[in-house]
Amino acid sequence: MGSVGKIILQRLALGALTLVIVSFVIFAAVNALPGDFAAAILGQGATEEAKTAIRADIGLDRPFFERYFTWLGSILTGDLGVSYAQMMFATNLGGDQLISITDQIGPRFFNTMFLAGLTAVIAVPLSLTIGVLAALYRGSVFDRVANVTTLSSISAPEFFLAYVLILFLAVINPLFPVIALPEDGMSLIERARITMLPALTLTLVVTAHMMRMTRAAILNLLASPYIEMARLKGVSPMRVIVVHALPNALAPIINVIALNLAYLITGVVVVEVVFVYPGIGQLFVDAVKNRDIPMVQVCCLIFAAAYILLNLTADVMSILSNPRLRHPK
Amino acid sequence: MSDQLVKIRGLKIEGRSDETWNPIINGVDLDLNKGEVLGLIGESGAGKSTMGLAAMGFTRDGCRISGGSVEFDGIDLVNAPAAVKRGLLGKRIAYVAQSAAASFNPAHKLIDQHTEAPTQHSVQSKAESEKDGIELYRRLRLPDPDNIGFRYPHQVSGGQLQRAMTAMAMSCRPDLIIFDEPTTALDVTTQIEVLASIRDIVEQFNTAAIYITHDLAVVAQMADKIKVLLKGDEVEEADTRTMLSAPKQEYTKSLWAVRSFQRPQKPAVNVGATPVVSVQNVTAAYGTVPVLFDVSFDIHAGRTVAVVGESGSGKSTTARCITGLLPPKQGHIEFDGQVLPLDYRQRDKNQLRQAQMIYQMADTALNPRKTIGELIGRPVQFYSGKTGAEKRKRVDELLEQIELEPTQYFNRLPSELSGGQKQRIGIARALAAEPKFIICDEVTSALDQLVAEGILKLLADLQDKLGLSYMFITHDLATVRAISDEVVVMKDGKVVEQGPKDQMFQPPHHPYTDLLLSSVPEMDPDWLTTLLKERGVDNIGDAAVDKMA
Amino acid sequence: MITWLAAVLLGSIPGGWLFRFLGQKLTNNRPYFRDMGFGMAFGYVLGAAILVSAIWMYIVSWSTAGAIPDTYFFYRTAVHGLILFAIMGVAFLWFGRLVGTAGTRKLFRSMPVTAAFGILIIILYAICAIFADFIAPYGQEEVLGNANVVPGGNPALGGNPDFPLGTDQIGRDILSRLIYGAQNTVGIAFVTTCLAFFLGVTGGFLASTLRGWTDQVLSRLVDVLMAIPALIFALLLITAASSLFTGFGLTVAMIVIIAVIDATRVFRLARAVGMNIVVMDYIEAAKLRGEGLGYLIFREILPNATAPLLAEFGLRFCFVFLTIASLSFLGVGIQPPLADWGTMVRDLSQFINFASFAPQVSAVALLPALAIALLTVAVNFVVDWMLHKSSGLKE
Repeated sequence: MGSVGKIILQRLALGALTLVIVSFVIFAAVNALPGDFAAAILGQGATEEAKTAIRADIGLDRPFFERYFTWLGSILTGDLGVSYAQMMFATNLGGDQLISITDQIGPRFFNTMFLAGLTAVIAVPLSLTIGVLAALYRGSVFDRVANVTTLSSISAPEFFLAYVLILFLAVINPLFPVIALPEDGMSLIERARITMLPALTLTLVVTAHMMRMTRAAILNLLASPYIEMARLKGVSPMRVIVVHALPNALAPIINVIALNLAYLITGVVVVEVVFVYPGIGQLFVDAVKNRDIPMVQVCCLIFAAAYILLNLTADVMSILSNPRLRHPK
Repeated sequence: MSDQLVKIRGLKIEGRSDETWNPIINGVDLDLNKGEVLGLIGESGAGKSTMGLAAMGFTRDGCRISGGSVEFDGIDLVNAPAAVKRGLLGKRIAYVAQSAAASFNPAHKLIDQHTEAPTQHSVQSKAESEKDGIELYRRLRLPDPDNIGFRYPHQVSGGQLQRAMTAMAMSCRPDLIIFDEPTTALDVTTQIEVLASIRDIVEQFNTAAIYITHDLAVVAQMADKIKVLLKGDEVEEADTRTMLSAPKQEYTKSLWAVRSFQRPQKPAVNVGATPVVSVQNVTAAYGTVPVLFDVSFDIHAGRTVAVVGESGSGKSTTARCITGLLPPKQGHIEFDGQVLPLDYRQRDKNQLRQAQMIYQMADTALNPRKTIGELIGRPVQFYSGKTGAEKRKRVDELLEQIELEPTQYFNRLPSELSGGQKQRIGIARALAAEPKFIICDEVTSALDQLVAEGILKLLADLQDKLGLSYMFITHDLATVRAISDEVVVMKDGKVVEQGPKDQMFQPPHHPYTDLLLSSVPEMDPDWLTTLLKERGVDNIGDAAVDKMA
Repeated sequence: MITWLAAVLLGSIPGGWLFRFLGQKLTNNRPYFRDMGFGMAFGYVLGAAILVSAIWMYIVSWSTAGAIPDTYFFYRTAVHGLILFAIMGVAFLWFGRLVGTAGTRKLFRSMPVTAAFGILIIILYAICAIFADFIAPYGQEEVLGNANVVPGGNPALGGNPDFPLGTDQIGRDILSRLIYGAQNTVGIAFVTTCLAFFLGVTGGFLASTLRGWTDQVLSRLVDVLMAIPALIFALLLITAASSLFTGFGLTVAMIVIIAVIDATRVFRLARAVGMNIVVMDYIEAAKLRGEGLGYLIFREILPNATAPLLAEFGLRFCFVFLTIASLSFLGVGIQPPLADWGTMVRDLSQFINFASFAPQVSAVALLPALAIALLTVAVNFVVDWMLHKSSGLKE
């Protein structure tokens, strides 16, 4: 176990390091470039004094690295800062009731997690089943139909799938609402019904990817000599799968799931915009359009952190499920 | 009840490739009685493995039985329901695969895989079968038989895994075991123990077996009768002694004759002559892992030095040091009395030209996207600067030297050639540089025996004509005997013994050389029995190697 | 609807058993039925049930046809579309088998219909993109009088015969914008992919040939860039770029940004492919001959990497194309005045809500999205076939 523990610790340390480097890349990408953010906040007709005051206020006059470490420090203590939009609101209309990014993101973060969770709950069992079946009956009509369908579904942009679903399941057959607006105090089932269309859209995309990767992983496994050996020992087909294939399939399948959940993160952005779903994705896109730097940075960091975390999980899980590492010589 | 166990009649098997079905086996008969061992031999692509699996009623994916019948103890395996076949497999018919390392499931302990067949077929309970497994491990002379089964496959060495797999095949005391090249992947000294234990256990339980191999000497030790296959057809079948002493068919005779090629020992080199290549006290490492220790030997003009050893002995690493791919940590290489820069990147064009290399796998040694003309033409142009008609003339000359018709082969791609022809192109590419010295890295070990002999003869002729020096890396002592003038024996990165060929093949030897020499199977059917008697049963294999260390 | 689905699923269980039982009886226990697993029989019956209901739905759609608010309009159109595509694919496949050189005829003989369909679609898109100026009836930015969103060009239904697909809200001809969209969206995606490939392949091959610190530096850099999801990173960089550029300049910036991000993925592949080739003995032979870096990369490695790189080019193109379409859809991609499909979907998306009373109008809104999907499906079909073919040859 010692060596496995060591490898996992190494991976965790590497993940943390990656996160720090990524935070720097994110900060540098939007701060190193010239551009007058003060003007962006105050609008076109602002006076020079007001701009200077704002710059000093946000700290834009300080050196780059100092700003980075201040930013990183406050993020680590849970203070995500204040968005330009809120500052603009406060500066132009008065009042000092600033809503911090933390407060803005909180409920939206929950919404996005709910959407991703619902998608995963539908997509993971579905795609694993189809993937394993397609691998077992490879070359059959089922396999070919699954292949063509998933290929098409991967190829279609998310918004196309979203609108097709809206068309059939919201407009022609009004089963679900077109716009997904969850409210506080909704029951879980009602919330799930409202979130169903965005979740189904994501399911279509993710299932296709996951099913194809599962199929490839299983096929690769079934071609290995020890599976042939098991069959030549007269072991029943069911036992070949459960006892011989599954323990070895665990690592690749966990990998596939984690990678696709990571893929969900990208998909969430477009889907949230289509359904006007109040999640982080939509917030992010709005911030990008308004060039709201503090908000863009935080959202980007959240997405990147989730992505790194999922990839790290995949890594660690596949180490844990590898018998060669679990039972060293 | 008759004694007949397996009866195959007119078996035809086809394999699917490029959307069409191509024949693999074209109507072969096979008969096997209870307790009998049949050796199935042939070159690669002869259909031996397919035939062996078919005797179990099994075909690999992409293959199908298109005609004929397979009967096992009166049961029609071609048309039997899947459940009936499953009932036989593992219980009455067992299989031992070529690569034990890949054929054991990495996720389970050896003993759990061992007990699977007996418990699944309700032959024994798990506890009984575990006890029986340990007993089988003991009989197969596995070290620490009480505990070895509770390890995972990756924790056990290749030779031991192969024996554990034989034990697993024995777990239900089957009537028939198919051995599919069980020792091909092993070193000679390991091969011996596995062969001996397989033969013992098959005899003890009076199990019938089909033993598939390409090695004639191995099959001579194991089989009661031998069947020779060629491209999916049977050539001939006879009992082992008859087959070895009086083969009927031309093809079989030619297989037997390969071993007879041998060059006479050349006279000793003049004392004081400058060697073409001199390896002097070379010590080398991959990163921090040391692989070579103080290796020294000379190669003289017009001579062949064979470097012999098992895998991991450092023979190929020595070649990498000479070519400069792996600069040694200590020591140096002299060429014609001059010290060569250690790293190939610091050598000039002429130094690079003088030493050429021929590789084991012609498939990876020739760029598959270039025509033969380009492959040979490039070094001609690169070193001599010849272009156009001059270059073409030189390439034609080289093709003639390797006995290939220039006009026919100039525009072909490597994939359109046979294995032996590809290896010849490799030789021509080396000759194109007009070198003094060529390193031949296991050049014949991937080839079928007849073809290999052709290559050896060609190399010998070229040496006589062009005065080349060879360094011949090989693990096969028959090749050493055939072509070398001097022999260097390596083990664990050190030179164990070196000297002229005649002297090396005469006793007294260094103990390791002795082990190596005596472990090479000979065509005599009694060879293994005699050898085991000489060594004493507990002196084989691991024990023998341990004593050496 | 849901009860129906449940009934079909549950009904298939005894159905499957019955199917296998009858099969065994009627064929006198042929091995095919005898060894058939229950899951397989179940699958056959379920598949047949789904097929039958699909055909039944199609028949029903005709019996209720006529009225304009037609719930089956989309289903019928989809079925017609599928049949049309299938016919096109098969026709093209036969055309390819009969016409052309011996080499191309042989290629077409081993080609599945999906791949033939893919090639045909790619050719059609290429023609559309290259000759957009000649095909399109109007300019992409021309505002032509009043908006008239009714497609079909039938004046009786309120359409205008000059605009077969109608116009958008501000009166631009949708057909022309679709055709120009091919030029802009496909063209920009193609240029971006080429750029990504140039960067990625050069880097990957250099890393695999030189090894050592070149490989370390490039690989670690790529690791960091790949730790941020592609679309998120693109959005981040576009935010940064938008403070420097506007309009056409921003479009160019987007091309560079996406090319760099995708080059990291290409780098990974090219490096892996390169590594596999570099360990070959023929590379060692060339190195020992004293060949230079250029010869090694262009003469020895590249010719052996074309098959995987070509397949990757197809996949990468799809990915870039979808990313650009998504960005445009979000409003930060291809900037006006260029017509592009992503932006068109966003502009026309509100028409989808008309589906229950004016299906044709909402269909038009889906057209640009369909155009995107069709091309990526086509490319994926071709790539899938290529990958299948090259993996088949290895065995």
